[in-house]
Amino acid sequence: MKERRFVREVMESKSRVLMISFIVGAVFFLLILRLWHLQILNQKDYRSMSENNRLRFLPVAASRGSILDRNGNMLVNNRPSFSLAVIPQEVKDEGALLTQLSSLLMLDRTEMSERWEKSKGRAKYYPIVLASNITRDQVEIIEENRLMLPGVEVEIKPVREYSSGVLAAHLLGYIAEISENELNSKGFEEYNPGDYIGKTGIEKALDNELHGSDGGRQLEVDARGRVLRTISESYPTVGNSVVLTIDAALQKQAERSFGEQAGAAVAMDVNSGEILAFVSNPAYDPSLFSGKLPADKWKEYLEDKRHPLENKALTGQYPPGSTYKIITALAGLHEHKIDESTTITCNGSYDLGTSTFKCWNKRGHGTTNLKKSLRESCDVYYYQLGEKLGVDKIASAAKAFMLGAPMGVELQNEKAGLIPTAEWKQKRYGKRWYHGETLPVAIGQGYVLMTPIQMASMIATVANEGTVFRPHLVKRVVDADGKLLKEIKPEIIGTVGFSKESFRLVKQGLFAVVNEAGGTGGMARIYDVKVAGKTGTSQVVKMRDSKRSTPYQFRDHALFVAFAPYDKPEIAVAVVIEHGEHGGAAAAPIAARILSTYFEGKKPVRKESPAPSAEEEDESGDELPRVVKEPNISGNAAND
Amino acid sequence: MIDRRLLTNIDWILAGLVVTVCLLGILNIYSATTPYKIVGIAYYLKQFYWMLAGMLVALIVSSFDYHVLEDFSYWFYGFLLILLLAVLVMGRRSMGATRWLHLGLFNVQPSELMKIVIIMTFARFFNNFHSVGGLTVKDVMIPLGLLVIPTALIMKQPDLGTAILVILIALSMAYYVGLRWTTIVTFACITLPMVWIGWAKFLRPYQKNRILDFLNPERSRLGSGYHIIQSKIAVGSGGIAGKGFVHGTQSQLRFLPEQHTDFAFSVFAEEWGFIGCLALIIIYLSLVLWGLNIARRCNDRFGGLLAVGVTAMLFWHIVINIGMVIGIFPVVGVPLPFFSYGGTSMITSMLGIGLLQNISMRRFMF
Repeated sequence: MKERRFVREVMESKSRVLMISFIVGAVFFLLILRLWHLQILNQKDYRSMSENNRLRFLPVAASRGSILDRNGNMLVNNRPSFSLAVIPQEVKDEGALLTQLSSLLMLDRTEMSERWEKSKGRAKYYPIVLASNITRDQVEIIEENRLMLPGVEVEIKPVREYSSGVLAAHLLGYIAEISENELNSKGFEEYNPGDYIGKTGIEKALDNELHGSDGGRQLEVDARGRVLRTISESYPTVGNSVVLTIDAALQKQAERSFGEQAGAAVAMDVNSGEILAFVSNPAYDPSLFSGKLPADKWKEYLEDKRHPLENKALTGQYPPGSTYKIITALAGLHEHKIDESTTITCNGSYDLGTSTFKCWNKRGHGTTNLKKSLRESCDVYYYQLGEKLGVDKIASAAKAFMLGAPMGVELQNEKAGLIPTAEWKQKRYGKRWYHGETLPVAIGQGYVLMTPIQMASMIATVANEGTVFRPHLVKRVVDADGKLLKEIKPEIIGTVGFSKESFRLVKQGLFAVVNEAGGTGGMARIYDVKVAGKTGTSQVVKMRDSKRSTPYQFRDHALFVAFAPYDKPEIAVAVVIEHGEHGGAAAAPIAARILSTYFEGKKPVRKESPAPSAEEEDESGDELPRVVKEPNISGNAAND
Repeated sequence: MIDRRLLTNIDWILAGLVVTVCLLGILNIYSATTPYKIVGIAYYLKQFYWMLAGMLVALIVSSFDYHVLEDFSYWFYGFLLILLLAVLVMGRRSMGATRWLHLGLFNVQPSELMKIVIIMTFARFFNNFHSVGGLTVKDVMIPLGLLVIPTALIMKQPDLGTAILVILIALSMAYYVGLRWTTIVTFACITLPMVWIGWAKFLRPYQKNRILDFLNPERSRLGSGYHIIQSKIAVGSGGIAGKGFVHGTQSQLRFLPEQHTDFAFSVFAEEWGFIGCLALIIIYLSLVLWGLNIARRCNDRFGGLLAVGVTAMLFWHIVINIGMVIGIFPVVGVPLPFFSYGGTSMITSMLGIGLLQNISMRRFMF
């Protein structure tokens, strides 16, 4: 028997029970002693403290951290703002006070009373903000009439200042007073009523860094609410600052290049996933949202067909259209369904069973190989390739690019896009996949959906030949003194294991799109640097006859993805123009503007001497723009 | 299933003590939540249903012979480690602490269950371990490993309160088995310098501040400091006889934080005074001593270890919670068993009571 073997141990332990009981008794005795101390010896003190519990805690809001771009340019900062608050406990006649305040300060009485009503459940000593953003004149009036206004206080709170107007509104987000709902939900335990917190964008995603920790004063006040003494005080800690990967100059140009058009653009560092520009157009004015948004402005935003409140770069899901041919082509090369020399004949359409699938070019492209198929965006080539591959092979290539799932950008609500498979359709619709459905998928229509972030990541992965970096917006977090707290390193979230040769062939095609005669993306050409890219047009409504009569909301989306320089890629760009109709005409010029701004910014500061003489003839290009190489200091200097 | 003879052996003292505390708790929750705007079922009613559910759990746990648990202990342990890992992995994307695992129909908090499972695991380990003269440094290596893994996972959530409790339960059981002085001294010699080096070398100033605030809440006067001051005013102003049921000014005016959960005792102390507190503490003391008595009467080592573990769990919850409310312990989110509002705490504590009942009922059978 087990029990027998351990008889000695059992006996030892049992004798220890007595000892343990003594310890337990002693600890409980200590608790009782402490209760005696509190409840009997100091009863009077505590009783009087509770009877006029006029210990009050006044929070002092911490100054919020700022948001900077990658070069240290200020994007969001603070300025002080005054608000009118009242401590309900001190007020005898609520109605009289409100009337008095509204006549003294010319404030809306009903609005103040609504705010008061809403805060009824809270502790009576806690100040209720009746009006925020009051003027200095109003502050003076309050100070002058202090004696007539018991319980009324002026609070100073830092308010966000957007140094550059509407720049990157969706990315930065806005702050506003914490809502009753948020206060009562998990994760907000540290916050107090009246706190300003990030509601969208970076302001929300990094609120815990930016917010800082509030300070406050423990006060003892008399029955009238006058402060008798400060029992203790602690100072607020300024929030940390967030340094973004965004380049403000590039961002500004990218935003401007959209003009009135709706859409999104994402520019990304090919070798790190750092997002250099993040545009969703049209934007809104974030500073309007921190106070009470004027009703007419709100209506205007809601009724705008271009949806200014939507963050299109992150949550817009578009059929990638012909830009998806990059994936189909790579899948075909990887699966050995095609090679460089495989050709098909395109005569304007392709028949499968009883259906006819049209190429965008009714006259057909004639004999077409891989390079030509990309350059001229021949649909028939990809119908046939798609048919050979099947939907699941295309999907597995797309999934190697980490498409079909959120990519892990810091902002909330990132959308997943959609990469259809046979299994997906069975689950979603309970129907099997039909062969004919693969053909639209091969050219990025049908069920396929991608966000602009995913498009940028896809073309960046093609550019660097297979490494998928997590697209990210935050570069560093620093404290108020500029000391580095957190550095966000590039993170590889996937690798596309296709051969270098496959990537090379597709990249050659993408180069032809921009640079060869007949290419659909000629408008993306820029001076100095070789660009490669792919146009796309994503159908909004099927089967249109006359293009002229199409109303705005049914027009096709225009897409363009690109990277540059072709030989040694640094930057990738994805542009979506909603209802812009033609990728080559509407989206490519915007990509070109973003790229040229980027390379403009990278040029060394202009020297006094005239243009560098060390120009090299470009050998590969026949009708290409000439490429001026930047002087290579380390390598060439020794030879000269 | 349940043996009819066993029914006559039900430990009525244990059951009576627990039910008394539960009912006092419900009464107190009723008072503490009167100032709240309540949507749906009232808190005190919900607590009553939790009590019934807990009693059912206790009944089920006491119905089978506890010796079968020995075979399952390590399986439970392994399973729970997987759950703890799952919590970390699945909760990774959300912010703050993630303690819950959503299993469709119901949610579980694996860290809470770990308190019970660490008791079973240690009971099984020490039951098969020669330890005459006390555990040596070498002896405690395996149990230390068994303890460190789940504790680290719980800390990572982060759930400091539960992690501390799991450690304290394990230490209590080790003390019951017997520790050599050399073991205690060795560990003191290793731990203390490590803490000191960590403090001096690795912690940033703000982290140090956080720990200092934690150890001495009145230092900050913000957040937890404010709570402690208000809680002390509530307890102290209760005086000898208290302000009377539903007449506590501190609680009714909502000066107290978490007054139906972690700070429930301060509402009770305000309204029932020193006399009420004395009564409640004596009931708790009896419960703990009775648990130890069950351990002493038990004739096999596994049962004794289980009983001590469960009793230690109750003891540390009680002491840490009351100590926090009266301002002699740091503020950790630890509920008062059977008394604070909350289903998780009720079920875990009742699981423990079921085990004690189980051991107590079978002391005559072999």
